[in-house]
Amino acid sequence: MLNFMLRRLLSAIPTLFILIALAFMLIRAAPGGPFDSENQLPAEVEANLRNAYHLDEPLYQQFGRYLANLARGDFGPSFQYRDFSVTELIRSGFPVSLRLGGLAMLLALMVGISAGAYAALKQNTTADYSVMTAMMVGISIPNFVVAPLLILLFAVGLRWLPAGGLGDGEVRHLLLPVIALAMPQIAYIARLMRGSMIEVLRSPFIRTARAQGLTMPRIIVLHALKPALLPVISYLGPATAAVITGSVVIEQIFGIPGLGRFFVQGALNRDYTLVMGVVVFYGSLIIIFNFFVDLVYGWLDPRVRL
Amino acid sequence: MSESIRQSIGRSLWHDAWVVLRRNRAAITALVILALFTIAVIVGPLFSAYSIDATDWDNISIAPSISSGHWFGTDALGRDLLVRTLQGGRISLLVGIVATLVSLVIGITYGAVSGYFGGRVDQVMMRIVDILYALPFMFLVILLMVFFGRNILLIFVAIGAINWLDMARIVRGQTLSLKNREFIEAARAGGVTTARIIGRHIVPNLLGVVAVYVTLTIPQVILVESFLSFLGLGVQEPMTSWGALVNEGAQEMENAPWMLIFPAVFLTITLFCFNFLGDGLRDALDPRDRGASL
Amino acid sequence: MPGSISFTASVSLACLAIVAALLGGCGGNEAGSPQAAVEIGGPSGTELAADQTLHVGNGTGPQTLDPHRAEGVPSANILRDLFEGLTIEAPDGSIVPGVAKSWDISADGLVYTFHLHDDAKWSNGDPLTAEDFVFSLRRSTDPATMSHYSSILEPIVNAMEVITGEKSPEELGVEALDALTLVIRLQRPTAYLLGLLTHSTTYPVHRASVGQYGNQFAREGRLIGNGAYTLDEWVVQSHIKLIRNKFYRDNAATTIDSVYYYSIENQDAELKRFRADELDITEEIPYQQLPWIRENLADQLVISPYLGSYYFGFNMTREPFKNNLQLRRALSLAIDRDIITSRITNAGEIPAYGWVPQMAGYKQVASEWAGWTQAERNAEAQRLYSEAGYSIDKPLKIELLYNTSANHKRLSVAIASMWKQTLGVETKLLNQEWKVFLATRKLMKITQIFRAGWIGDYNDVFTFAQLMHSANEMNHSGYSSSRYDELIERAADETDLQARADFLNQAEHVLLEDMPIIPIYFYVSKHLIKSWVGGRQPNIMDHHYTKNFYILQH
Repeated sequence: MLNFMLRRLLSAIPTLFILIALAFMLIRAAPGGPFDSENQLPAEVEANLRNAYHLDEPLYQQFGRYLANLARGDFGPSFQYRDFSVTELIRSGFPVSLRLGGLAMLLALMVGISAGAYAALKQNTTADYSVMTAMMVGISIPNFVVAPLLILLFAVGLRWLPAGGLGDGEVRHLLLPVIALAMPQIAYIARLMRGSMIEVLRSPFIRTARAQGLTMPRIIVLHALKPALLPVISYLGPATAAVITGSVVIEQIFGIPGLGRFFVQGALNRDYTLVMGVVVFYGSLIIIFNFFVDLVYGWLDPRVRL
Repeated sequence: MSESIRQSIGRSLWHDAWVVLRRNRAAITALVILALFTIAVIVGPLFSAYSIDATDWDNISIAPSISSGHWFGTDALGRDLLVRTLQGGRISLLVGIVATLVSLVIGITYGAVSGYFGGRVDQVMMRIVDILYALPFMFLVILLMVFFGRNILLIFVAIGAINWLDMARIVRGQTLSLKNREFIEAARAGGVTTARIIGRHIVPNLLGVVAVYVTLTIPQVILVESFLSFLGLGVQEPMTSWGALVNEGAQEMENAPWMLIFPAVFLTITLFCFNFLGDGLRDALDPRDRGASL
Repeated sequence: MPGSISFTASVSLACLAIVAALLGGCGGNEAGSPQAAVEIGGPSGTELAADQTLHVGNGTGPQTLDPHRAEGVPSANILRDLFEGLTIEAPDGSIVPGVAKSWDISADGLVYTFHLHDDAKWSNGDPLTAEDFVFSLRRSTDPATMSHYSSILEPIVNAMEVITGEKSPEELGVEALDALTLVIRLQRPTAYLLGLLTHSTTYPVHRASVGQYGNQFAREGRLIGNGAYTLDEWVVQSHIKLIRNKFYRDNAATTIDSVYYYSIENQDAELKRFRADELDITEEIPYQQLPWIRENLADQLVISPYLGSYYFGFNMTREPFKNNLQLRRALSLAIDRDIITSRITNAGEIPAYGWVPQMAGYKQVASEWAGWTQAERNAEAQRLYSEAGYSIDKPLKIELLYNTSANHKRLSVAIASMWKQTLGVETKLLNQEWKVFLATRKLMKITQIFRAGWIGDYNDVFTFAQLMHSANEMNHSGYSSSRYDELIERAADETDLQARADFLNQAEHVLLEDMPIIPIYFYVSKHLIKSWVGGRQPNIMDHHYTKNFYILQH
C-alpha cells in the first residue's frame, strides 16, 4: 500500500514536467505577445518591459527560471493584471472555482446516482425510459444554451435568483451556475449508475440474497450499492476534468471570477505566467485527485491490488 | 485454418449482435434518423435554392415560413438558415467522425501493442497513458487553437488526440484477454509475425468494442466543437457548424428564436441518436460490459 | 443589492444629496454647453433615492489602476473617479477646470501656466501641490515606469527624448514655480493640450506611496488618489468598489456614495444582468439584441455619436493593392454603407465617406461620390474594376482579415457578399483572435485587407490625422504620401487655429484621393441606462464622471 502510494507520487513528477513543458511551448509559440496592443509601445518602454519579465533571455533560460521559481511556489507576476502576482490571482480564483465545481460534483453525484439506481430498479418501464430520456437531454444540450435559459427564467423572468456575479458569495449566487455545470455530469453518472446497477442486480449473489428472503431495499443498500458504485468512482477523475472545462463557459456566462475565466482571458491576452499557472495548478490538482480516486477504488473493490 | 476460425467468430459475433440490436427499437430508430440526417446534410445543400453565404438585405432575420422559401427563416444577414443548418451539420458530423477516427487509429494501435506485448512494455505504455490523463487537455486544445488559428483540419486532429486515451485502455484490456485464446496461440505456433497477428487477428476481434466506443465518442466530439465555437475558436465564416449556429442562436433566443431552435434541435437529436445507438450496440455486443467503459 | 445604510444616516445623506444634485445640475450648465442639459430621468431636484449606490458594467475590467501604466476604456472609466487631472470634462464633454482652477497661455502658445486649487488634497488628507504634478509627469514619461501610453505626452518639451531614454526625466518641460503654480512647456503649439490633460497619463500620483510600494501602489488598501472616489475593494474579474473620498475638494457637491464597476466581458450576460436590475448602466449592447431592446427597453437605450471611425485598410505595400488606385476605389465604391448602418449595425451609426468624424471646429470631408446613389457607385466600381484588369472570368481573389467578434464577423461577411454581388470578387474571410490579428496586421506580409477602428484619444482632429502619417507605427496600411505627411507636419506647427484646420482639411482630401483605407461608418456609443440615473449626458468621447450622477427615488 505504502509502496503504491509512493510510486504514484513519484510518477507525478514526470507528469508535471511534461505538462509544464507542453504548456510553456504552446503559449510561447502562439503568435502575438503580451505587450501587443492597438497602441504601439515606444521601443525603450518595450525593452524595459521585456527585461522586467525576463522575456529578453533565451527561451531555455526562461524555462529554467520558471521551473526554479515554481519549485519555490512562485508562479511569477501576471502580465495582464500588472499589479498582481499569479499566485495571488490563483489564491483569489481557486476558492471560487472550488466551491462552484465542488457543489456541482456533489449535486451530480447525488442526483445522478439516485436517478440511475431508480431507473435500474424500474428497468424497461416507462419510469426508466422517462428518467433516462431526461438524462440524455442533459448530455445533448450544450452548457451555453442551458445557462442563458436558466438566467432568463429564474433571474430575468421570475426574479428569484441573481443573473450573475458572486455577490458576497451567498449560495443564491451559486445556485444557477452549479445547476448548469452539473447538468451533463448528472446525465453521465446516471447512465453509468443504471448500467452497473442492472449488472449487479443480475449477478448470482444478489439472486442468492433474494432467494434467502431479504427485502429489496435492504439488498440494495447492503449489497448492491457498493459494487454498483465502482464505475461511478472510476469516472470521478474524468468528471472532475469535465467540470473544470465546463467551468470555463459557466464562469464567463455568469461573470464568476474563477480560474477557468482567468485561463481563457490569460490565453487570449498572452498572459504567459497566468496561463502556465492555471495549467500547472489544475494539472497538479487532477493528479492528486486521481490519486485519491484510486485509493477509494481500492477500498471499495478489494480485488484491485494496490 | 486460423483464418477461418477468426472469421467464424467474427461472423457469429456480428450476427448475434445484429439480432439483439434489431430488437432494440430505440437503437434502430436512432440508426435510421442518423442515416437520414447524414443523407440530408450531404445532399440537401445541393438542392437548396440558396447558398450558405448568399446575403439578402431585404430578408434579414425573417421568421420561418413556407411561402418566403426560407423554411427555417434567415439569420441576421438574411442568409437562409435551412441551408446553413445542413452545411453546419456536414462540418459537425465530419469533425465528429474524423476526430473519432484519429483517436481510434492512435488508441487501437497503442492499446493493442501494449496489451499484446504485456509485461514491461505494457507497464511503461500504460504509465504514459496515466501521465497523459493528468493533463488538462481542454486547456491544451484552447492553446492549440490560439496557436494554429482555426484550421479545421487541426481541430479534428487536436480533438482526436485528446480522446485516444480511453480507447487505448479499453483495447488493451480486450487484447490482454484475447491474446491467450486458442486461435492466437495457433497463429503464433504457425510462425505468423507479431505485426501480422496484431493486425489480422487481434484488431478485427476488437471491432465490437470499437463500434460502441465510436458511437459514444462522436457526440462528445461534436460537443467539444460547439464548446470551441462558444469561445470564438470554431470554424471560419462563411462555413459554419451546429455548434457555431447554436451559439449564434443562443444570443438571439428572444428576438429570433428560430435561429436557436432549428440548429439546436438538429444537434440535440443527433447527439441523442448517437447515444441511444451506442447504448444499444453495447447491449448487443458486450452485454456484460455495459456502462463500464466510459 | 449590497450597501444598505442605517436609517438616520440615509435621511441626512438624502438631504445632502438633494442639495448636491441641484449644485451638480447647475455646474453642468455653467460649463457653457451649447444645448440645454439633457436629463435622462426626471428634472433635477426631484426626490433622490436613499441608497446612492451605482452599479456599472465595465467590459473586461481594468488591467491596472496605476494611471500611468493603464490603457483601455475599462481602466480609464475607473481612473476618472479615482484621480483628477489639471482639467476635467463637464457632463457634456467640454473641458473645464480640474485641479487647476485657471491657467494662462503664452502668446506663442508654447507655455501654459496652471494655478492650482489651494484646497486640493489627496485621499489621505495630504495637500496636493504643483510638485506632485511635476513628479507625476516625469514618472509618466520615464521609460522605467513602462507606461503603455506615454507617447501621447509627446507635445511637451523633451517628452520623446525622455521616453526613448535619451534624456533624463528631470529634463522634461514641466516645472513647479511654487506649491500652487505649475508650468508646462511645449515644443510646438498644441491646440488640444487642455483636452490631453484629462487623460490618465497626466494624472498626479501620490509620491510617498509610489516611493513605498513602487509600481505596486495601485492596490486595494494602498492606492491614494485625488479624485472624487477612493478604492475600497478590488476583486479581479469580478468587481471594483469605489467609495467617496471625503477629502475631495468638491465632495459636498457629490451625490453617489459608492459605485461598483463589474467586469463582464460577455455582452449578453451584461444585458441579462441589466434586465435583472443588477446593473444601472451597461458598458455595451450586443448588436444582435438591438431589435429586441428597441421593442422592450427603448426608454432606457441611450445612443449618441462617439469619436471613432470604423474602417477597412488595404495593405499598400504589396500586390494587388500597391499602386492600384482603381482597384482600391472600386472596392470602396461597391460597399453600400447605408445597408450596413441601417440593416446590419443599425444602432444609428453614420455612414462614413471620409476619415474624420464630425468634430467641433472642423469641416468634415467626404469623397466626391458621397452624394451618388448606390447604383451609380456600383456602376463606377464596375468600370474601375475592369479598368484594373479584373472581370467575372478573371476575378480578384483576396483575403479579408478581422478579429474575433460577432460584430466584425457580420460586417466582414456582409462586405464580402457586396463585393461578390457587385464585382464578382472572391473574398476569403480570415478570422483571427485579437493578439494573432495584431501580430499579422503589423507584419504587413500576408495581410491584404484588414478590419480596423480608431477611437480618438483626445477631442481633436489631430488624433485621427496623425494616424495616417507614414512615420506612425500604427499606420497599418503602410500608406506613405509625402504630401500628406507635409500637410500634417505643417498643421502641427501652426498656432493659428483656422490655418491649422485648413491644413488638416487638405490632408484629409489627399487621403481620400489616395484611398489607402475604406471608411465604413462613424461609431456611436450605446448604453442601457436605468431611468433613475440622473446627471449623465451623452458626449462624443463617452467620458463620464460618477461625481456628476445621482439616483432618483424609484
